[in-house]
Amino acid sequence: MFDFLGDYDILGAFWTTVQLAALSAVGSLVWGTILAGMRVSPVPIMRGFGTAYVNVVRNIPLTVIIFFCSIGLASTLAVNLAPQDSPTFIIDNSFRLAVLGFVAYTSTFVCESLRSGINTVPVGQAEAARALGLSFTQVLRIIVLPQAFRSVIAPLASVLIALIKNTTVASIIGVAEASLLMAEMIENESDAIILVFSVFALGFVLLTLPVGLLLGWVAKKVAVKR
Amino acid sequence: MSAVVAVAGLTLAACGGGGESGSKNLVARAKDDKKITIGIKFDQPGLGLQTQSGKPEGFDVDVAKYIAKELGVEESGITWKEAQSAERENLIEKGDVDFIVATYSITDKRKEKVAFAGPYFVAGQGLLVRADNTDITGNTALNGKKLCSVKGSTPAQKIKDEFSKEAQLQEYGKYSDCITALENGSIDAVTTDDVILAGFAAKSPGKFKLVGEAFSKENYGVGLKKDDAESRTAIANAITKMQTDGAWKKSLETNVGPSGYKIPEPSPLTEK
Repeated sequence: MFDFLGDYDILGAFWTTVQLAALSAVGSLVWGTILAGMRVSPVPIMRGFGTAYVNVVRNIPLTVIIFFCSIGLASTLAVNLAPQDSPTFIIDNSFRLAVLGFVAYTSTFVCESLRSGINTVPVGQAEAARALGLSFTQVLRIIVLPQAFRSVIAPLASVLIALIKNTTVASIIGVAEASLLMAEMIENESDAIILVFSVFALGFVLLTLPVGLLLGWVAKKVAVKR
Repeated sequence: MSAVVAVAGLTLAACGGGGESGSKNLVARAKDDKKITIGIKFDQPGLGLQTQSGKPEGFDVDVAKYIAKELGVEESGITWKEAQSAERENLIEKGDVDFIVATYSITDKRKEKVAFAGPYFVAGQGLLVRADNTDITGNTALNGKKLCSVKGSTPAQKIKDEFSKEAQLQEYGKYSDCITALENGSIDAVTTDDVILAGFAAKSPGKFKLVGEAFSKENYGVGLKKDDAESRTAIANAITKMQTDGAWKKSLETNVGPSGYKIPEPSPLTEK
C-alpha cells in the first residue's frame, strides 16, 4: 500500500518547503520590524507609508501576490532575481520570487504583532529614555523593541506556522516544494489519493507542531512580568 | 461551488461510500429520465470551454453531445459539470457524473477505478511556440530553452525526466498562465498534448504555431463507471458512428482546425 511512496522524493520536497519557510521567516522578521518602527515613528510620511503598506498588502490574497511576482514582475516587467543565462534560471528565479512574495505578505503580520507588543511597553519608559537624551532609534532599539519582542513570541509563532503552511502557494509558480510534488502524485497515483493527502498533511503537522510547542515554551520563559 | 462539491466528493470517497443512484445502468437511466450529467473541462479552448453565455463548446463537448443523443438524451437534458483532472475518478465512482469527456487519457492505473470507452481521439505531446520563432523545430532542439507546462501534469513530468538537463521547465497552475508567459516572451515554448495546444492556438490566430513531431501518445477515452459494460458498448458504438458519419471530423475542423493542426484519421477503438 505504501510502496509507491518510495518512488518520490518526498523528503526533498519538504526540504524545499523548509528552506522557503526559513528564508521567508528571516526576511519577514527584518522587514516587519522596520515596518513596525515606521508605524510608531514621529515622522508623518514614514507612519503614512507603514500604515498604507500594511493595510494594502495584508488585504491582497497571497495567491495573487505570488502569482504577480512570477507573471507580473518576472515575466512581464522582466524583474528577474537570478542570472538569465544560468542553466537553473527558472528554478532559482521562481524560488527567489516566491520568497520575495512571502516576505512582502508575512511582514505585514509580523509588523502588526510587533506593534501590539510595543503597546505593552509602558509609555513612561519611552518618556524616561527620551529625557535621558536618547534618540528615537535608540529608544526603539534599546528600550522598547527588546521588551516588545519578548511579549509577542506567541503571536509570532502563529504567524510562523501560517507562513509554513502558506508556502504551498508557491506551487502555482512551479517552486518544487511539497504541494507541487503532491500535485504530481495525485496525477499518477489516482488510486491512492487519500493516502497521498494524508502523507502531506502529516508532513506539515510534523513541521509546524514542534514550532508551536517550542515557541510556546520560549514565550513563557522570556515574557516580561508586569 | 464546484470546489465545495469536489471537497465533499473526496471526503465521501474516503468513507468508502459509492453512492449509487438506483440500480439501473447508464443506458437505462438515460432512456427513462431523458437526463444525463456529463463531466467536461471548463478551461480548455477548443476542447471543453465554458463560454460567457454559460454554454460549453469544443470538441470534447461535441463528442459528449453526440453520445448523449445516441443514448436518447437531447441537449436540453444534459447537465454539464466541471471535471478537473485530479477529481475525475472520484466524480465517476461517486456517481456525480454519468460519464466524462475531458482529455481523459486511458491508463492502466485509471482502469483500476473506472472503465473507458474509446479512444475517441489520439493526441501526442507537442510544442507550441510564438509564430515568429524559428529556432525551435522539434523536441531535439530544446537545449537551453525554457518550457512551460501545468504543475504535476504528465507532460511536465515527461519533460523533467527526458529533457530536464537540456531544457528548463516552468510549471504554472493553468495552461492559460503558460500561454501568457509565452506571449510576453519569458518562456520559449509551451508543452502538453498537441490538440490542447491547437485549441489555444486556434483561439488567438496568427500568434502561435505548433512545431515538431509528437513525442508520446495519449489515448483520450470516455470515462464511466467500472462494471457498466452495456453502457460502455453503447458509448463505444456512438463514438464509432460519430467517426464514420463525418461529425467527428467536422467538429475537429471547427474547434482546432484554425491553428493549422493536421486532423488525423480516427484510430480504431480498443476499449469497447
